[in-house]
Order: sequence, then structure tokens, then C-alpha cells
Amino acid sequence: MENVIIVRFGEINLKGKNKRFFEGKLIKHIRFQLKEFIDTEIYQEYSRLYIRSRKEDQGKIIEKVRKVFGIVSLSTAVSIPSDIDAIRKASFELMKERFDKEAFKTFRVTTKRANKKFPIPSMEVSSDVGGFVLKSFNGELSVDVHQPDVTLIVEIRQKTYITCDHFPAYGGLPLETNGSALLLLSGGIDSPVAGWMMGKRGVKVHAVHFHSYPFTSERAQEKILDLARELQNYIGEFMIFNVNLLKIQKAINEECPDEEMTIHSRRFMTRIAEKIAKRYELQALITGDNIGQVASQTMESLQVVSEVASIPIFRPLIAYDKQDIIKVAKEINTYEISIQPFEDCCSVFLPKKPLTRPRLNNIVESEQHLDVEGLVTEAIEDMEIMKLTFNQE
Amino acid sequence: MEIYLDNAATTKPLHNVMKMLEKEAFSGYGNPSSLHRKGLETEKKIKEARRNIAREINGKYNDIYFTSGGTESNNLALIGFFTKNFKSIKPFRCVTLKTEHKSILKSMDHILSKGANVQYVHVDKNGLIDLVNLEMLLKEGVDLLSVSHVNNETGVIQPIEKIGKLFKKYYSAGYFHVDGVQSFCKIPLNVMDAKIDALSISAHKIHGLKGTGVLYLRDKNKVNPLFFGGAQEGEVRPGTENFPGIIGLDAALKELGKSYSSYYKEVADKKRYFMENILETIDHVSVNGIAGESGSPYILNLSFLGVKSEVLLHSLESDGIYVSSGSACNAKKSDRSHVLEAMNLNDHRIDSAIRFSFSPFTTYEELDETVEVLRNHVESLRRIMMR
Repeated sequence: MENVIIVRFGEINLKGKNKRFFEGKLIKHIRFQLKEFIDTEIYQEYSRLYIRSRKEDQGKIIEKVRKVFGIVSLSTAVSIPSDIDAIRKASFELMKERFDKEAFKTFRVTTKRANKKFPIPSMEVSSDVGGFVLKSFNGELSVDVHQPDVTLIVEIRQKTYITCDHFPAYGGLPLETNGSALLLLSGGIDSPVAGWMMGKRGVKVHAVHFHSYPFTSERAQEKILDLARELQNYIGEFMIFNVNLLKIQKAINEECPDEEMTIHSRRFMTRIAEKIAKRYELQALITGDNIGQVASQTMESLQVVSEVASIPIFRPLIAYDKQDIIKVAKEINTYEISIQPFEDCCSVFLPKKPLTRPRLNNIVESEQHLDVEGLVTEAIEDMEIMKLTFNQE
Repeated sequence: MEIYLDNAATTKPLHNVMKMLEKEAFSGYGNPSSLHRKGLETEKKIKEARRNIAREINGKYNDIYFTSGGTESNNLALIGFFTKNFKSIKPFRCVTLKTEHKSILKSMDHILSKGANVQYVHVDKNGLIDLVNLEMLLKEGVDLLSVSHVNNETGVIQPIEKIGKLFKKYYSAGYFHVDGVQSFCKIPLNVMDAKIDALSISAHKIHGLKGTGVLYLRDKNKVNPLFFGGAQEGEVRPGTENFPGIIGLDAALKELGKSYSSYYKEVADKKRYFMENILETIDHVSVNGIAGESGSPYILNLSFLGVKSEVLLHSLESDGIYVSSGSACNAKKSDRSHVLEAMNLNDHRIDSAIRFSFSPFTTYEELDETVEVLRNHVESLRRIMMR
């Protein structure tokens, strides 16, 4: 008998000829998560992956591997020879173990017989094993085929796998299978979620952060690092480009109407982000924009801002409600960090009454008073680049 | 270049503290509660520290209890007294000031929620206690009075001796707690003369180590412990003693205590020099609290009108100068200083308030440099912020 973890993947199975490529990436990312565990091994059978490990490590491994995009769910299982006596015995032991951890009342058995050489049909295996478990539990359990507390799954292949738990993962596609992009990462709730969502679709994400030190605190930058460390658990190693926007904000403050402050800042951020993206061969920008949330996220504002970029700007949260964004932020552990008070934009520069419907002509005209090219170049020259690697605490 | 003018938040440990640690903490690892010689050796050193601290405040050495710092001492003094006595004293009447440290105010909130009655003495625009108002409250009856010797944000010195005597005149069995965190080893205080029942002290404000504090308690039977365990510290504060912290405090006290009146004068001169320099070179600066005799020489609180204090703080920081906006303990929140609010200062003044706090080791060169840098930042920030 052997303890394994079953790794199930969904969408990759639809990939036809490219499936190998996706599987390769997936295995690479799983292997990375397994680095710290000894005596582990990944093997593949048909369209399934299995992780062999020490039993005591299984909980921790599931917690880590669950964060690898492309995986739909995981289960701990025992693998045994395909023999009905062995199946009965192992089924009971597994159920007993689960029961001792957390008492439950009802169960059912589902059998999948992939190996048609096995002489007993699925239905019969299910009722045989179910009967055996029922008897062995001496009346403590009953069968419920519709809404059982626990489903015991018997999969008869070359060997037989038995499992009675199920850990959902995030689905999506393995990282590095869908290009790369630069995330505009603020200290807020939305942008980390936006980055995570694009990562989930296989996009390799790097981040740019804008601050106004010394008008803002260094703690705002520390907050970005904290957010990045959480994101890293999902999207792997990435770079953070730290750009000081203060000089630009001062220039805007001096030369442009007060109410245009935010929109000009945003245009500058987009220009700078695009330049960085191009320099590092990243193909798109990602923002946490959400339509109508604040003045700079009206349709007009988004249009005036997008206008300065020649590469796509992805806004995965555009139609989300705040509550749904918060739900994801909590799930990925960034929420508590995001709500800390350190602002990355100084309130000195916040206009009293920001424009909600900027007109491109007016904005372009005010911009004539600024040395846009020069300011952008200087900001990029002065930026700080951090590479966030694993094991960095 | 690094100019540290945030000594009211914390101080840099003295060399002699670190040297003492290296020497004693290695060899003195015994647990004072152990019966063998190794434990006794440690116990002796702790007793020595206790004596030195007691001498400093004119208390008895066995009334000195070591804690984890000022916050714990304040909590123990107030909450400990409340839990011991709230059944026998009804109504349980407490008085304090709105300008106190959060560890006092929050402890008061806690005992208020448990049924005590809490009142606040008025302070004037400089943060000084209103003795007439105090007397009025005392006449009505007060069981617990807590006043800090030196305010941590403005440096205002309260007339502790006068307050203590007044309190005991009306009610000799009353319990008088003084938060001495900002004054210990800096400004003389005699617990007997001032009729103090409990005094809080912290080591890291006088160049000792963080995580070490003292509560002087004239009568330990007046308080319950906050937590429970062994018989250490007269059962007022169970738990194995923080030996490195305690000998660190002792070492700092030895060095600073012996010449503190000369330090007082030196620091007072430097503060006056610094302040006059600023007022001369920078316009629209106002002093919060008292600049003269009733102010601690170690703390200076100024408002640079029109400049948001946090922005000025970070601007100074970018030039290696460290100051505080309000109290360092609340710097994490963006709300206004409760101390300055209690003094009824207007919002412009509160939003632009910066605290400079000195040590005996602050130099004139550092102060000159700071004035110069300040002037530049204040000018350029005003250009942006007052637009």
C-alpha cells in the first residue's frame, strides 16, 4: 500500500496537440512547490498526476500545490493492487481514519473501473465495498447515495486508488503558458487581485509600483513587498519596479488645473509602465481598474488614460462588485495587508474635486505645459528594481 | 549622516549598556528562582539594580518591580489596583488627564467598562493641569489619580509634588499613580515628597534596552497581578526576570543618573538654542506646550504652519534626520494627536506639529544642521502645499 496525492487538472485536457507543453509547465511548478519536502516523486498515469510522499507531509503538500494554477482539485489516496479483498480492507481503513479525525454520519461509494480486465463491474464493487464498510462500522454510519457527508471513490486502473477526501484548487492554466504582463500594483485591495487573476490564466506577471516618497511613507513600500510575498505563493518569482512619481506630481501640481491632477498622474503612470514593459519584453499592462469605483475609473477617464498606451491594458476586475473583489483578496491573503493605512499617494496632491468626465482635448492641451518625455525618462532612470525570489523573508 | 531627534520614542543603547550585557548576560544566565549558586549570582545582580533604581527616586528597594516596559507598568498600576479594590470601593472614582499616554487612557477605558467612574481634569492651552479644576474633583472624592510627570508629546512637566500633596490632603488613602516614563533619570522626582503610590519607568527611554520597565509600588497589597505564575517579583509580576534588560537598565542608570543635573542644564541650553534658531530663521512656527521652565528640556513640539507634519517628517528622514509627528506610538495611525487636541489647538496647528526630542548626546552641530535642512524643506513644501 502506498500513500499518494491525486492531482486533477481540467482545462489542460482540452489542449489537444499542445497538451504536453501545458503539462510540462504544470509539473515544473508542482516540482518547485515540492522542493522543501524529502522523498517526494511525481508520476503520471493517463491524464492524471500523482505525488508520492511521506504520509505526514501530505497536508502541507496539498496546501502548497493547491496554489499551482492549472490544477482543479487534489485528493489524498492509497494505491493498492487491484484485488477485491485488498480494496475492501483499505476502504475501511481509510474511512476509519477519516472518521477518527472528524465524525460523520453518511457515505456512499463510487467506483470507476478504467481497467476492464478487473472482473467485477463498478456497481457491484460499490455495493460490495459499501456493505463491507457499513458492517465494519457497526451501525455508526449509514449510506446516503444523494447527499452523503463523505464519498469514497474507488478507481480501478492498473492499480487501484482509493480516496475519501477532495481539496478544490483554483483551476486556470499553468503559469508561463500565456505570455507576460506588467501589473500596476498599488497598495489597495484591487490590484493584487487583478494580478492574481491574470496569473491564474497562465500569464507571467511582473509589477510596477508608484510612490511619492518623501511625501509618502517608506512603510507604503514595505506594504507592497508584503503584498508581493503573498502573490508570490501563486505567481512565482517576479520583479517589482519601484517608481517615484513625486517630481511628476509636483510638475502637474504647478502647471495644470487642480482637478486634472489624478488623470494626468494616471497618464504618466501608464506611459512609464508601458516603457518598462517594452524594455523587459512584457506584452501588456494589467490594472485593478473597476468601472465607476472612483473618479479616475469612469468610462471617460479610462478612455483618456488608455489613449497613451500602445500595448493592451487588461483590467480583469472591470465588472466586479467590490464585495466579490474582497472575497478573492481574502482568499489569497492580501486583504489584511491592503487595508493597512499607509497610502501610496499623498493626500496633498488629491484634488478637492477631481474631474469625472475629462475631455481628451483639454487634457492634451494642459499636458503641453509639461516636459512629458523628459519626466517619463527621468522617472524610469531613477527607478529601483527589486527581484522577489523565493525563500526571501 | 544620521541625526536622531526622536529620543522620546526610544533611545540608542549606551556603549556601557552593551558592554555590561556582553559581560553579564553570558555568565549570568542562571534563573534567579533556582536554588543553586548560579541562580543566586543572578539574583544578587538584580537586587543591586533594584537598590540603584530605588535610590534614584527615594523609594525602598523592595518596592521596585520589574516589568516588560512602560505600558505594562501603567496597566499593572491602574488595572491591578482596580481589580484588587473594585468590590470594596463603590463608587470607584478615577481621575486622569486627556493628554495622557494611550496606555493610561486605554487602561482607564477598560476599567470604565468594568464599572468604574472616570473623569478628566482640564488642561490649559499649554497642556498644564488645571489645579483649581483638580481640587474641585478631589473635593467630590477620588480613589485613583493618574498623572504623567512629563507629557510624551509636548514635554510639559506637571507639578507632581503639588498634585500629590493636594490629593492626599483630601483623601490620604487615595492611590496616586505617576507615569514617569519620560522623566526618569532626566527630571528629579521623589516618591516620598510627592506622595506617590505607584510610578512607571521604562528602560529604553534612558538608553537601556526595549522590553524592560519598572513599577514602583509603595504597597504591593494594593494591586492584583495582571497574570499569574511563580513567586517572582513578590507575585506582583510573575515570570522569570528579564535579566539582560535589568542589568542594561542598571548600567544606563549608573552612567546617566550620576550627572543628571548637569545633563539637564546642557540639554536645556541646547533646546533653547535650537528653538531660538528655528524661530529666527523660519516664519510661522508656533511652539506647542511650554518652552520655559515648565517644559522638559528633552522635548520640543513645534508646528510649521501650512506643512503637513508627516510629509515634513519623511522629508527630514530622506536627509537622515529622524523626528516624530505627535507620538511615535500613534504614528501608524493617520489620526490627529489626542494630546494636542486636548489642548484645544486648531487643526492647522495639529496637522503641522513635529516633535523633536533630545538626548544628552545631541550635539550643537547636529542641531545647526537640522535647522538648515528644516528651513529648506519647510520653504519648498510650503510652496506646494500653500498653493
